[in-house]
Amino acid sequence: MKSTLLWSGIASLAQLIWLVLAGPLALGLMRKVRSVIEGRDGARVTQPLRDLRKLAARQRTRPTDATWIFSAAPLVLVASALVLGALSPLASLHVLMSSRVDVVAVLFVLLLGSVALLLSALDTGTAFAGMGSSRAAMVGAMTEPALLVAILAMSLGAGTSNLARLVDAGVATSTLAGPARILALVSFFIAVLAETGRLPVDNPATHLELTMIHEAMILEYAGPDLALITWGESMRLVLLVGLFSNLALPWGIATSVGALSLGVGLLALTLKVAVVAIGVSLFEVTTAKLRLFRVPELLAGAFLLGVLSVISAVALR
Amino acid sequence: MKVSYVTPLDLAVVVVIVTAALTLWRQSLVASLRALSLQGVGLGVVAMVLGAHRRDPVLVFVGVLVLLIKGAAIPRLISRVVARDHPGREGSPLINIPASLVGAGLLTLLAFGATRGLVALIATPAARLIPFGVATTLIGFFAMVVRRRAVSQIVGLLTIDNGIALTAFLATSGVPLVVELGVSLDVLLAVAVLRVLAGHLHRQFNIQDLDQLRDLHD
Repeated sequence: MKSTLLWSGIASLAQLIWLVLAGPLALGLMRKVRSVIEGRDGARVTQPLRDLRKLAARQRTRPTDATWIFSAAPLVLVASALVLGALSPLASLHVLMSSRVDVVAVLFVLLLGSVALLLSALDTGTAFAGMGSSRAAMVGAMTEPALLVAILAMSLGAGTSNLARLVDAGVATSTLAGPARILALVSFFIAVLAETGRLPVDNPATHLELTMIHEAMILEYAGPDLALITWGESMRLVLLVGLFSNLALPWGIATSVGALSLGVGLLALTLKVAVVAIGVSLFEVTTAKLRLFRVPELLAGAFLLGVLSVISAVALR
Repeated sequence: MKVSYVTPLDLAVVVVIVTAALTLWRQSLVASLRALSLQGVGLGVVAMVLGAHRRDPVLVFVGVLVLLIKGAAIPRLISRVVARDHPGREGSPLINIPASLVGAGLLTLLAFGATRGLVALIATPAARLIPFGVATTLIGFFAMVVRRRAVSQIVGLLTIDNGIALTAFLATSGVPLVVELGVSLDVLLAVAVLRVLAGHLHRQFNIQDLDQLRDLHD
């Protein structure tokens, strides 16, 4: 019993260390894939890590009217990502508190980071940041229902909303291709793209006033705070992509405690996240950003797919 | 043994309903025609899977026929009109797209609730999919109501027809060949007529929006 606890602690710690590095590296990988396809050499995959180090050494600047919310938001963002990195089943099913971690709770902790950023943008009092946060609120308000309905459909299929057991149910079933599951995963994937500000919804590489959402919110941040935000956002991306790939293809995740299975789990996780990240950048190269007013159409579609998935999960039981 | 035909059947039926939703989702007429074509393929596969399961060669043949007519011939007929006369977009539907997608979700729930008795009565693996057939029909009606373009309304009409055919395949043990042949050819003929009509409307009055047809012209 005690050794199980010890091993779950080790698994959580390993996931945490993995996440800290994998966030920036995944960002670098996605940029690299994109530049190679576009015919450029592109920066090294490790470039985001260097950027973070460079930013961390810079001076900290703050708008004169900003309150403590502005300083706290980057910390909340990073902390929420780290908590989820330690507690959600990424590389191993046996992490700390794995029997208590509910999917809905995971989504709300994730949302905590988004809300902190939203508030900090309003806190600066600049017009641009406020505009960015109002847009982010719109996208977020339409993404959350889609995400929750998709999760509900998967929970109905597995008969539990516990995240570890949900992933475990995926390991156990031989039929990965049930209609309810496919619909839920498509809906979940669109929601992940929206939640992490990737291309059809928001362009992470632009500072064009008319279109930016996320970049508008963090316009006032500089130095270490900006480093924290970039780092936190990249970890959120990897976290969501990791959860998605574990729900879609749970192969390789450590189902037993022990060093070997944990190592295999980490390796499989790295591979899966890399494949999905490359897939996302391929997708991003081939799509244009949607006009802001057409984003609700995309997200309503994701919501409808989620609803259809719930209905088929109930009807085809 | 049971799984061997239930999973493909489930998948094909879900393809039909998702493509029905896609015709509401996408504004581009080319995209909604592609969805319609996929819907016809899904419907054909449903008939073929059912036919293979019941060892009924006639039903398999009907499936092939449906696949060819509804999956290939009809969408190709309409796409010619789109390529020649129409700009590629549904302009402004009466209800905006997010709202109509939520409406489609509600209609699916309605279909699910309304057919509970029927599903309980028949109790075969195929019959529990009947709500999806009814929902496809309702979504088709909905598309006809909210869309203004002639081509979009034809797509809605065909969605209704596909939904009715799907319900028939799932609820009965196969429609007689003559009936299915008659219905499919009827639809083909109707589409041909509608297509000519839509083309004429566009050339004579230079409109695609059916709501503009309020006054009589000489």
